Amino acid sequence: MLDLEFMRLALATGAVVGLLAPAVGFFLVERKASLIGDGLGHVAFAGVALGYLLGISPVLTALVAAVVGALSIEWLRSRGGAAGDQALALVFYTGIAAGVVLVSRAGALNVSLFQFLFGSILTVTRNDFWTVLVLGAGALATIAVLFRGLVATVLDEEGSRVAGVPVTRLNVVVAVLAALTVAVSMRIVGILLIAALMVLPVIAANRVAWSLRSTFALSMGLGVSSVLAGLCIAYYADTPPGGTIVLVAAATFAFCAAGSALVRRA
Amino acid sequence: MHELTSAGPESVVELEGVSFGYRAGMRVLEDVSLSVGAGEFVAIAGPNGGGKTTLLRLVLGLERPTSGAVRVFGAPAGKAAAGGRIGYLPQRARLVGEAPVTVREVVSTGRLAPAGIWGPLRRADRDAVADAIETVGLTARADAPLRTLSGGMQQRALIAKALASEPTLLALDEPTTGVDAASQESLGLLLEELREQFGVTILYVSHEFGAVEHVVDRIVLVRGGIVYDGPPSGLPGVWHDPSHQHDHGHA
Repeated sequence: MLDLEFMRLALATGAVVGLLAPAVGFFLVERKASLIGDGLGHVAFAGVALGYLLGISPVLTALVAAVVGALSIEWLRSRGGAAGDQALALVFYTGIAAGVVLVSRAGALNVSLFQFLFGSILTVTRNDFWTVLVLGAGALATIAVLFRGLVATVLDEEGSRVAGVPVTRLNVVVAVLAALTVAVSMRIVGILLIAALMVLPVIAANRVAWSLRSTFALSMGLGVSSVLAGLCIAYYADTPPGGTIVLVAAATFAFCAAGSALVRRA
Repeated sequence: MHELTSAGPESVVELEGVSFGYRAGMRVLEDVSLSVGAGEFVAIAGPNGGGKTTLLRLVLGLERPTSGAVRVFGAPAGKAAAGGRIGYLPQRARLVGEAPVTVREVVSTGRLAPAGIWGPLRRADRDAVADAIETVGLTARADAPLRTLSGGMQQRALIAKALASEPTLLALDEPTTGVDAASQESLGLLLEELREQFGVTILYVSHEFGAVEHVVDRIVLVRGGIVYDGPPSGLPGVWHDPSHQHDHGHA
């Protein structure tokens, strides 16, 4: 398996995605916004479609669309209330509807679109790998440097505001990181399933960890193992990588939840 | 510059003719003026919905007044002021439901004002966090997950968080809700000590202030406006009993 160039690229890219997605997802889950990644996937889909229509890199247009979507969601969220929730629905469905219309205009309702929706092992190029590595490393470094501020904001937004923490700017950082994660993970996991990789390892780690730091580290560990195991299974069983990876992550969650239930009962 | 009415240049919190409503046409507070001096221990009391939490949120800069001015440490509320730091214990302290978080991790997030948001905590900051945990008597449980602690202990952890920044102004919103009698009493003693030793100014919002009535300097009764401002001894008798919170003394 490792003799094949495309498989080495898929595994290397997947490893970055497996570390990055839960690291960003951690901040979404802990502030009870688990499904925002899903919505960003919808918006990124419109970006991919626009890329096909304009004949430029779909990854680039997806990144731009996801960042714009994430910033509008963050703006709506900061205003709070039920109207905010409804506005999120508006952003998400507009995204996917625009995607369908644009992609049909571009005449791209075909196999290469499926690769973006569900992920593909075969299509990861050397360029893709370097893009994912550079963006992923940058995102992880940003999280490492701002970790305390991001954690404080997630745990107690108003308290952090009172302490003079730049809460609004940190929330924008999280929104942009989430958009970035969606865009760089498309090739491997696919737009429709990337949110699962941001959420499932974190909620699995939540069941067994004892502190925020251990939750964070464990969720990244579970993320990268799910991706690598999922890609290997996909290679041998000839299944779609995105779906396989997410099923492995879901199984990991079930395992952690059952384990913690047993320990608590004992 | 006009003269300030009571505490003058020493005042830590200053409200001048402040009115506030969450929606247009709805007034929670009307023409409130209040001055709290350095080192004062002020209880802000009143019926639910009377505006006492709103008053605190205005001081913290979490709400902006519809009219009037709020200054803290001489600067507009919500703006960073060089003169001091605020420790804040929010109402119905929002614990992290599912997420595992240790006492030390929670208290560390209270150290952001002095430590900044960049990079890991320095030695001096970690020591200050450990001191705050010791102050509330949780050293033995410092690395235990918060969710494994009793309600009273969780509240003490959050008080340690408010103390971690070594505040000069401590704002507590309903700190005794859901806390057992022994913890309420130790909170009263702790606040008294903070005031005596470090001259911390304390704003204590509660509809029930039995735990601190003997240590507070002033009680401010809020009911749409300030209806009483003076020593606890001068309080109309009916207010001493928290069950009597209906229409009374609204000037």
